[in-house]
Amino acid sequence: MASPSDLLQYAISGATLGATYGLAGLGFTVIFNTTEIINFAQGEFVMLGGMLAVFAIRWGGLPSALAVPLAIALTTLVGVVTDRLTIRPVRGRSVIVLIIITIGVSIVLRGAAMLLFGKDTYALPGFSGDAPIGFLGASFLPQNLWVGGMTLGTLVAMKLYFDRTISGKAMLACACDRKAASLMGINVDAMVTLSFALSALVGALGGAILAPITLTSYDVGILLGLKGFAACILGGLGNPFGAVAGGVILGVLESLSAGLISSGYKDAVAFVILLTLLFVRPSGLFGRRAADRV
Amino acid sequence: MGKQIGVSWLALLALVWLQASAHAAEPIRIGAIFSVTGPASFLGEPERNTAKMLEEDFNKAGGLLGRKVEVTVYDDESDATKAVTAVDRLIKRDRVVAVIGPSTSGSTLAIVPKVEEAKLPLISCAAAKKIVEPVKRWVFKTPQSDALAVRKIYQHAKKAGLGKIAVLTASDAFGAAGREELKDVAAQVGMTIVADEVFGPKDTDMTAQLTRIKGTAAQAIVVWGTNPGPAVIARNRVQLKIGLPLYMSHGVASPKFIELAGPENAEGILLPAGRLIAEGQVPAGHPQKAILSNYIKEYESRFKQPTSTFGGYAWDAIMLVAQAVKRAQSAEPAAIRDALEATRGFWGTTGEYNFSAEDHNGLTEEAFVMVRITKGDWELLR
Repeated sequence: MASPSDLLQYAISGATLGATYGLAGLGFTVIFNTTEIINFAQGEFVMLGGMLAVFAIRWGGLPSALAVPLAIALTTLVGVVTDRLTIRPVRGRSVIVLIIITIGVSIVLRGAAMLLFGKDTYALPGFSGDAPIGFLGASFLPQNLWVGGMTLGTLVAMKLYFDRTISGKAMLACACDRKAASLMGINVDAMVTLSFALSALVGALGGAILAPITLTSYDVGILLGLKGFAACILGGLGNPFGAVAGGVILGVLESLSAGLISSGYKDAVAFVILLTLLFVRPSGLFGRRAADRV
Repeated sequence: MGKQIGVSWLALLALVWLQASAHAAEPIRIGAIFSVTGPASFLGEPERNTAKMLEEDFNKAGGLLGRKVEVTVYDDESDATKAVTAVDRLIKRDRVVAVIGPSTSGSTLAIVPKVEEAKLPLISCAAAKKIVEPVKRWVFKTPQSDALAVRKIYQHAKKAGLGKIAVLTASDAFGAAGREELKDVAAQVGMTIVADEVFGPKDTDMTAQLTRIKGTAAQAIVVWGTNPGPAVIARNRVQLKIGLPLYMSHGVASPKFIELAGPENAEGILLPAGRLIAEGQVPAGHPQKAILSNYIKEYESRFKQPTSTFGGYAWDAIMLVAQAVKRAQSAEPAAIRDALEATRGFWGTTGEYNFSAEDHNGLTEEAFVMVRITKGDWELLR
């Protein structure tokens, strides 16, 4: 029934959709790796990246090439302010308290964006035009290449950062044992701030690159955050590679079930498979089983 | 003693006179519930503006039946529970003679029992067929029902020789209602539905559904949803180079849709819409021409923003009440209701209303025109 070129189209659609989830999910891993906090405001960082870029163009009249970096820089600043105003004053509290605080932050950011930018949906022009590219009977947009390329680039950069640099390793150390890390001379507070800055940066980058394909509005963060989180869980929380792989798997599953089974059940099919996988491997596909101290 | 009685008589007379004059000046109070804020504010805001504009217009022209007109607007914040509170206030405290709105179908259905019980005419600005089917004695509505839009689309497709269609609908209330109508009416007019696909209202990629449709025998695609989903579909279909005629619902009949999809992706899309969006192309002799151009001119000069079909629904609702009051020569709720039901040939911004005991919407598919998006603008088709 489905021709090979149709299957290829489903795979390409799914992979690009999945890359959006993965890109949204990458930010979760940075903060989780440093603090063990799941930052539920991550989706809002993604939203801010897209919305600020749109409005830098609309209000500031900037070209895309300037608007996008500006949006990313501003969102990074928001990440730092979030840490300073909401996380640092209550540091040392249990992780669950901090997670609930991030939910509060997400509501505040979403509300502020609604008041500032209004409730409309906006489109950002594609970075390299909107002419579709044909490939073996399937087709995709130049922006899809941007999404794929940036996702891979971010992934490699993060991998190198966590594995090869002192500050990356210091970040991981903070997550392993805060006290030991600070005894070793690591400035834990600075590391937490840095992790918020980094994850806001990654999120905003994703938001700005996605906006030409997915369109953006003040409330896109809810869905992208949720799907990004699902991608992280599927791939194994804390593993950047897992987040991207989880995203792509989720995207391809959705696209294949919409194409081959029924579009009405595509989310259901994807999530049933997700749940089954987690049932078999609770720590995710690429996650290491956590060693519990007794 | 006698002097005292004289004084009290005078006081009584004064009181009676005061009350009588107060009664003569008593304004006609019309209540309105709109979703001015919240997710449905794109409906409620232009409706509120229109209501306030008409209130001022009436009073500048000396009111109705020589009495001032007072329109009390409450905001239900796109929430049916708040609409119920608001209608209670309108009935018990403000003692209105008729209620306009609410903006959404959910809110309207929630307050129907209240107005039926209070015996107040309600003219809803929401689209769902359920509001007026089955007919409820006190409930009317101004927007066209989905079925009319579906009929208009099928009429056009049939004339173009397109008998096999694929439907692609949003999985929200608007899309689900459209899907049902699309299937029901298809059976009546002899169209075949060869693909029935669904998308989530917040989905960002519909290439899978479109690829699936591409593999069927469909000769045209009908998409039912509100922004941003249909805009994504418009983009995806260009990406996949799908050349089939693409019909959309009246739910995207706003310039915002063309902006989101991008004019090059929206090119050639066909949709049924009220004449308001293509007022410039309505021929001069048409009975709606003057109504539309006056409304647009007044609204845009007052609020410095473009008009929308939704503000037009409120215009129609209030003007329907006004003409009913004038014909009944009374502002009693029961008299207004009877006059409303007897309304024939009333032209509003949406179309020609012919109410009857069986039809409390009063429109036909003539209230829609087919438009094609051409170079980022609406082109009226004949």
